[in-house]
Amino acid sequence: MCIMAEKSNRSARAKKRLITGITYAALIIFGTAFTLPFFWLLSTSFKPASRIQKWPPDILPMQIVQKKLKGNNYPLYTMKDGARVVVTKHLPGAIVDVKPIDGGVSSRVSADDLTQVVKPGLNWSNYTLGLASIPFFQQLKNTLVVCVISVIGTLFSCSLVAYGLSKIEWKGRNLLFMILLSTMMLPYQVIMVPIFAIFVKLRWVDTFLPLTVPTFLGNAFFIFLLRQFFMTIPKDLSEAAKLDGCSEFDIYRRLILPLSKPALAMVGLWTFMGAWNDFLGPLIYLMDERRYTLSLGLAMFLGQYGNEYGKLMAVSTVVTIPIIVLFFFTQKTFIQGITMTGMKQ
Amino acid sequence: MKQMRKKSSIDRQNTRNGLLFCSPVLMGLLVFTLYPVISSLYYSFCDYPMLKPPVWVGLSNYRALFADPIFYTSLYNTAFYAAFATPLGIIVAFVLALLLNQKVKGMAIFRTMFFVPSIVPMVAGSVLWLWLLNPQYGLINAVLGAMHLPQFRWMADPAQAKPALIVMSTWGIGGWMLIYLAGLQDVPQELYEASEMDGASAWQRMWHVTVPFMSPHLFFTLVMGFIGAAQYFTQAFVMTNGQGGPVDSTRFFSLYLFQNAFMYWKMGYACAMAWILFIVILLFTTLLFKTSARYVYYGGEK
Repeated sequence: MCIMAEKSNRSARAKKRLITGITYAALIIFGTAFTLPFFWLLSTSFKPASRIQKWPPDILPMQIVQKKLKGNNYPLYTMKDGARVVVTKHLPGAIVDVKPIDGGVSSRVSADDLTQVVKPGLNWSNYTLGLASIPFFQQLKNTLVVCVISVIGTLFSCSLVAYGLSKIEWKGRNLLFMILLSTMMLPYQVIMVPIFAIFVKLRWVDTFLPLTVPTFLGNAFFIFLLRQFFMTIPKDLSEAAKLDGCSEFDIYRRLILPLSKPALAMVGLWTFMGAWNDFLGPLIYLMDERRYTLSLGLAMFLGQYGNEYGKLMAVSTVVTIPIIVLFFFTQKTFIQGITMTGMKQ
Repeated sequence: MKQMRKKSSIDRQNTRNGLLFCSPVLMGLLVFTLYPVISSLYYSFCDYPMLKPPVWVGLSNYRALFADPIFYTSLYNTAFYAAFATPLGIIVAFVLALLLNQKVKGMAIFRTMFFVPSIVPMVAGSVLWLWLLNPQYGLINAVLGAMHLPQFRWMADPAQAKPALIVMSTWGIGGWMLIYLAGLQDVPQELYEASEMDGASAWQRMWHVTVPFMSPHLFFTLVMGFIGAAQYFTQAFVMTNGQGGPVDSTRFFSLYLFQNAFMYWKMGYACAMAWILFIVILLFTTLLFKTSARYVYYGGEK
């Protein structure tokens, strides 16, 4: 009896260990697959142009080793016999003249016999050249202006409306809420053309106004989130404040807003990221390169220089890093927000 | 009597305050929803090149659409993308959530690894993937080659471009994974223990306990995924320079709609497309919700 129990115990433990092992193996495989693109983004962004379109690719960014001869820099090569040489002359038919660096006799060889000497290192020129080929700092400024105004507009309008939909009892508030929810079903494509026509009439095309002014008029999804949060704040609090003679606006400003910091932080964060990532809006409304946001600037850069992957990866890295840094500083708020939206209501 | 009058004055005050607080969204609904919806429907029956005022042409936009081969191509492309990207995304996100729910060490690190790709700006992600999928020098073909697997031409081949975008879309499913992970923590542990006592295998527990309890979350992401896929645009636009190539294989519905509106300036035609898109989305989501009672289990609900 006792022996059997021990045996089954042992097999259960073995099974558990097997499951843990498989779990780890799967996590590591998936983890590698999900992380590798980031590694490749960084690795490519540090490669010199001549070693990007290469098969098989260098895993780490490899820099070309150069040798200074008579005041000029020459890339260094290794011959098949191990001798280190520099190329002094290119001849037709992949024939080159090479000169050993230790002062031996020059010779004429096939270019196929040479291997470039490289060592791992970081080449920052993709960053300097890439950022210079789009008006990067101008576009960064544009993006920040649009993001910050959008955050202000969204927080202001959505919190006000959410208050009106949760803390004040009035006829028609449920109807308005239902209408608001149902607009979330409406694809943007349906209203895209008439909204464009409005902004054309207002002569707002090629300004930031079409991207920022609408944020002051509320966003159904964020109003919904804030309303749900405001509903959890006990009624007694605002009733007591009302008895003390506070106006609705006082209660909103001095009571509800301070109590809702986490929810407001989440809405602000998402709005910022949404504005930073937005592509369709800037694509429709911004015409002048100096007014582009970074997302649009990067896409246009790709359209013009589709083959310069070193620079493209450098600019992509610079566009991505602020978002990832922001995420790491606000992880908790961020993850809470996402899991909240998935909750069944 | 006095009390009643007082009550009605409070009511009036509340209505005034309520409308005041909601005034931003009331204006927003009027200017940026109601007016655009109505005029978009009107434009869909008009010839509207934007620079000239719209001219009523009756059903001719819709008639032209149903005779337009590219319209059908774009519809097919979008249906193909939605049919594969959404289920694949759900499966991968669910598997990742199950793995992370095993209470192993380093769970937070893995969770971050799976989640961070989903916040990469869409344009930067598209540029990166165009390079990863490069048929000659891309990392993905290099990895496939190293494992002695067949290599593909991805975005350079009309037959492989959509599958390439579908593979790429699974990189961004971190948000769904988090939703599932939160849901998995609410599955009652007693049920697992009880079913284990009854001799249910891990596989049976998964199908008869985990999946039913997770069905509301799975359903939510299915609906969201479908609506998102129906409007798939940015990646296809960025990666094909707004063309939808090669040979129209990535000319998705929303991309063709955008081209009609802002490249060919056929605003009426674009609005007609938008209404067809809206109706398809409405029909499909209604269908999903109508049938959902059969496969969605709301455990906690009375």
